Amino acid sequence: MSIVGVDVGGTFTDLFFCDEASGAFRIAKVPSNRGDEASGFLDGLRVFGAVSGLDAIVHGTTVGTNALLERGGARVGLITTAGFRDVLEMRRRDRRHTWGLWGDFVPVVDRDMRLEVGERTLADGSIRQAVDLGEVRAAARSLLELGAQAVAVVFINAYANPANERAAVAAVREIWPNSHLACSSQILPEIREFERTSTTVLNAYLQPVVGDYIERLDAALVSDGFAGRFHIVQSNGGVMSTAMARAMPVRTALSGPAAGVIAAAAIAHAAGFADVITGDLGGTSFDVSLVVGGETSRATQAVIDFGLVIRTPMIEIATIGAGGGSIASVDAGALLQVGPESAGSRPGPACYGQGGMRPTLTDANVLLGRINAERPIGGKLSRLDVDASRAAIAAHVAEPLGIDVMAAAEAIIRVANAKMAGAIRLVSIERGHDPQRFAFVPFGGGGALHAGALLREVGLKAALVPRYPGVTSALGCVIADIRHDQVQTVNLALDGLDAEALRVILAGEAQAALAVVQAAGLVVQRIDTEFVFDMHYLGQTHAVSVPVELPADGTGLSEVVVRAAFEMAYQSSFSRLLPGVPARIVTLRTACIGRRPHFDLLAMAPGAGLSVEAAVRPSRRVWFDGAWHEAAIYARLELPAGAVIAGPAILEQPDATTVVDPGLSARVDGLGNLIIERQA
Amino acid sequence: MIDPVTLAILKGRLEQIADEMDATLYRSAFNPIIAEARDACHGLYHATTGDTLVQGASGLPIFVGAMAFAVKAVIDKVAREGGLVEADVFLFNDPYEGGTHLNDFRLVRPVFRKGRVFCWIASVGHWLDIGGNVPGGYNPKATESFQEGVRIPPVKLMQAGRMNQDILDILAANSRVATSNWGDLNGQLNALDLGQRRFEALLDEYGNDVVAEAFVAFSDRAEALMRAALRELPDGIYSFDDVLDNDGIVDVMLPIALDLTIEGDGAVLDFSRSAGPAQGPVNISYSTTIAACYVALKHVFTAVPANAGCLRPIRFVVPDGSLLGARAPRPVAGYTETILRLIGVIFGALAKADPSRATAAPFGTINALSLSGARGDGSRWVMFSFFGGGLGGNPDSDGLSHANNPISTATIPPVEILEAAYPVLFTQWALRANSAGMGRHRGGLGAVYEIEALVDTRVSLLGERGKVAPFGVAGGGQAGLNRFSWTQQGETLSPPMVSKITDVSLAAGERLRLETPGGGGWGDPAERSAEAAARDKRLGYVA
Repeated sequence: MSIVGVDVGGTFTDLFFCDEASGAFRIAKVPSNRGDEASGFLDGLRVFGAVSGLDAIVHGTTVGTNALLERGGARVGLITTAGFRDVLEMRRRDRRHTWGLWGDFVPVVDRDMRLEVGERTLADGSIRQAVDLGEVRAAARSLLELGAQAVAVVFINAYANPANERAAVAAVREIWPNSHLACSSQILPEIREFERTSTTVLNAYLQPVVGDYIERLDAALVSDGFAGRFHIVQSNGGVMSTAMARAMPVRTALSGPAAGVIAAAAIAHAAGFADVITGDLGGTSFDVSLVVGGETSRATQAVIDFGLVIRTPMIEIATIGAGGGSIASVDAGALLQVGPESAGSRPGPACYGQGGMRPTLTDANVLLGRINAERPIGGKLSRLDVDASRAAIAAHVAEPLGIDVMAAAEAIIRVANAKMAGAIRLVSIERGHDPQRFAFVPFGGGGALHAGALLREVGLKAALVPRYPGVTSALGCVIADIRHDQVQTVNLALDGLDAEALRVILAGEAQAALAVVQAAGLVVQRIDTEFVFDMHYLGQTHAVSVPVELPADGTGLSEVVVRAAFEMAYQSSFSRLLPGVPARIVTLRTACIGRRPHFDLLAMAPGAGLSVEAAVRPSRRVWFDGAWHEAAIYARLELPAGAVIAGPAILEQPDATTVVDPGLSARVDGLGNLIIERQA
Repeated sequence: MIDPVTLAILKGRLEQIADEMDATLYRSAFNPIIAEARDACHGLYHATTGDTLVQGASGLPIFVGAMAFAVKAVIDKVAREGGLVEADVFLFNDPYEGGTHLNDFRLVRPVFRKGRVFCWIASVGHWLDIGGNVPGGYNPKATESFQEGVRIPPVKLMQAGRMNQDILDILAANSRVATSNWGDLNGQLNALDLGQRRFEALLDEYGNDVVAEAFVAFSDRAEALMRAALRELPDGIYSFDDVLDNDGIVDVMLPIALDLTIEGDGAVLDFSRSAGPAQGPVNISYSTTIAACYVALKHVFTAVPANAGCLRPIRFVVPDGSLLGARAPRPVAGYTETILRLIGVIFGALAKADPSRATAAPFGTINALSLSGARGDGSRWVMFSFFGGGLGGNPDSDGLSHANNPISTATIPPVEILEAAYPVLFTQWALRANSAGMGRHRGGLGAVYEIEALVDTRVSLLGERGKVAPFGVAGGGQAGLNRFSWTQQGETLSPPMVSKITDVSLAAGERLRLETPGGGGWGDPAERSAEAAARDKRLGYVA
């Protein structure tokens, strides 16, 4: 079975081809076409031969992410319970910043597109007022007249009993002209009306955008004769069918980044590093994620921007505004800043020669000789303009600070490193993890330029640079498991638990999730079901996650088992149990995971007959610690396993550049990864 | 001299410790005022002065300034009585010693290094009920602290890590919701444990001396930045007056008046023209007044760090024993209303000094609503919540609709959480049209909340802004007034004291309705863009 992972970024589309039978793989990188992603996508696929010969394609996308960040979603209408149309705009009565009262908020659905209907469900699930379907149909027609392209239906307390909401959705479906319809009890049957409304509305907001995108890709693939399976990576790091992605596009919000974390975790695991911090340095941002004991960190909610909340299971990724395109400037207080403003890919850094006049992190790397100006990665540009970098840094940083231009370039790198180090600390030290246990896994085009400095600054054990850092997310698409998460608020007291009734709920949830995984149609080795209860003591409103190991049919579930699991989880989160206070199961989280066949990363290892000598390229001057050093240059992919390179050195490959700082050394492991450590 | 990179790293690490303590309490607290509304705060405080050294980003702003006084109260007690050892934990809620009101329980614990107190770690959180005449504590009819609840001076809850059960028993016997308080207390202890662990690890890593030096540098930097900010304002005396509706006992408006003097890089905040002591519960202690000034200044000068250094360039004039310098046992439960007005007059005076920094008045009342009764099984329930309104228009934008108050970062509990926990039914949860002050940038909108009682329910409210609306600045208009009403046997009623009432009894099926103010407007309404005005109409913000 041949499968291709495709990661479409802002500048490049990266592809990873693998033949599951033979373990053979190939990679490709082609320019992306913003707005016409399908053409770059197809161009990339054709690199591997006829598209019709492929069995499966798995795609990590940022189309949903970008639509959210740029407010480029559809015109959405909302139908909701009488008295509650403003929930979306009222949020949780928060404000933008702790300090400072400026700034307002515009919701993605304007007030005149939020219509109310008479109905009411109570917190215990009883129906106080049945929904009037005539009113619902009238509301739907009004929304269509107002130009709604998608519609969300959210009723108060629908998590406790979805009957009114489902009836309304069925009525809307009869007259709605397309499939862009989001129902809160399907998207997120969980207590908390603002979070559920926001998530449901944002799903509707993305349905036309992501749906059209997938349709365009589908059409292009079909016209190229593709007859295989086409899948999308979700924010939770698992893959789903395109049908599911079209119905629940809100689950693709972190699709691309999640694929990268999955691959980085797998690569690190194969290389013998169970605890790693992944770092994806792109053009505008640095995405950091924590992997402990081989497991990715998970979050239940993300805030895309003030008031834009998405509550779905996802890989926890912290993002800061520092990337290759981050602009360096000197503020009024004579303080050097790097980012968050970015030159992006257009005009891009000054050295791109596309009209960018302001210095970026990439310009600093170019001027210091760390990036080879004659061989830019990705192959889109033929060379980089060092003089433009120098002029930009001189004018905007060196002169205002009254320092030498080389010192200014080095200061830009230092400030950027400090920002990235801060993000790494945030997910590690600040959560009680000892950095000396962790290796840093940089990926994306730029991460390996800074790996050494970050290793020293944060006090990490080592850095592990994957063999092909630039295509890590594409690799992640290929190796990601199939995964489907479900959430259901249950609100059951633990004392006197009716275990059999709960077991039936578990089995039902697992069955539904299993059906989704099986429908994906990819080869799996086995299917695992995981249950997690959100539990608390009666009276608390927050909950702890309580994993309970049970078979998919819930056999063995009992009050005793759940209590033991709860107390263990509670004690590890907070030091004190509260004996005598009754506990409650609030929400059931069910995950069904189809484990994909193991991709042997050994396939990517360096071949035989390589030598360090043959990998040597002409040395060049590189600026480190205030002076030029003559740094050895190597063609990284030509280095044999076991090779050890002492810094200062630069290791070049088509999709990334690795800097080995003075005092560090890099060795090539059996899989072709570079392990950078302090010199003994 | 500590190098700037280490300083920056320590700043981030220390703030993170405080933030993590906040998060630990939010997640393990029992009552929604902490868990959902985040009415809590954690930080590190100076060994001998109690000054705030480090403060998390998520803690309740008003506590930032007040905690220093609370820690100082413990320091003074220890100085008098001695006997301090490691793992002692002090507990108290005395508003005259530590600011704010009786519901706010403070835990203060020393960090020892080399046998001496290196600094203090403290936690404060709002407990649901601590006795008094009104469940939840906001008794609008209190004329003495004794009617507001039980007052606990600094006492040792833990002696060398051993819990004093006697104190727990006293606390339990004096609350309508003892289990909730006990849960919150444990949450605060969890937070202190975590803070202690994290902070000691940091001291081990960097050394006591480096961290101590960093504390000094943080304060100096805050002072320098505050002085720089004040220097940018033109010298002069800027006066601004506002009022409270009444004190809940006597229906007379109470002036809150500020004369702000800017002179070079210093300032004087003189509140001498404000009201004398009030009979009802709107008094605030001196420490609360200072804390409120700190909050106002931080909202305007956002770049100045949150520690004690920023107050050094400022002198305060607050007559002892007055409304703003109350002594025990003057009632203080409604302190929030007074400090909101006080923060408003600082915004108003600064707007006169420099309109380009101006923010019009925020909605200016917390509307502390207490609903209580008995469930079918006889168990008591207390739903205590406070409500949102609009922020003021400002040079940057319209005011934010349905925001929290400047004194807090509290989020409101979801309707679904409230309905699952208490026998209430919300019939409306909406933005309130016409509640914002007009202006080139209008204020944010207030809200309408309507609640139906599902069982017989006792209602109390402590609110403000029922007589004089939030003001506009730089030519902007004033917002709408606060309104509270309820239906009883078919009749719609309102409180005689406008927004303060206690002991209303609703039968099952009867409703109450709260309509909150928006924010004041900024700039001349005639200068509002036609497009923005049309949008206001189309969306029903302005009818």
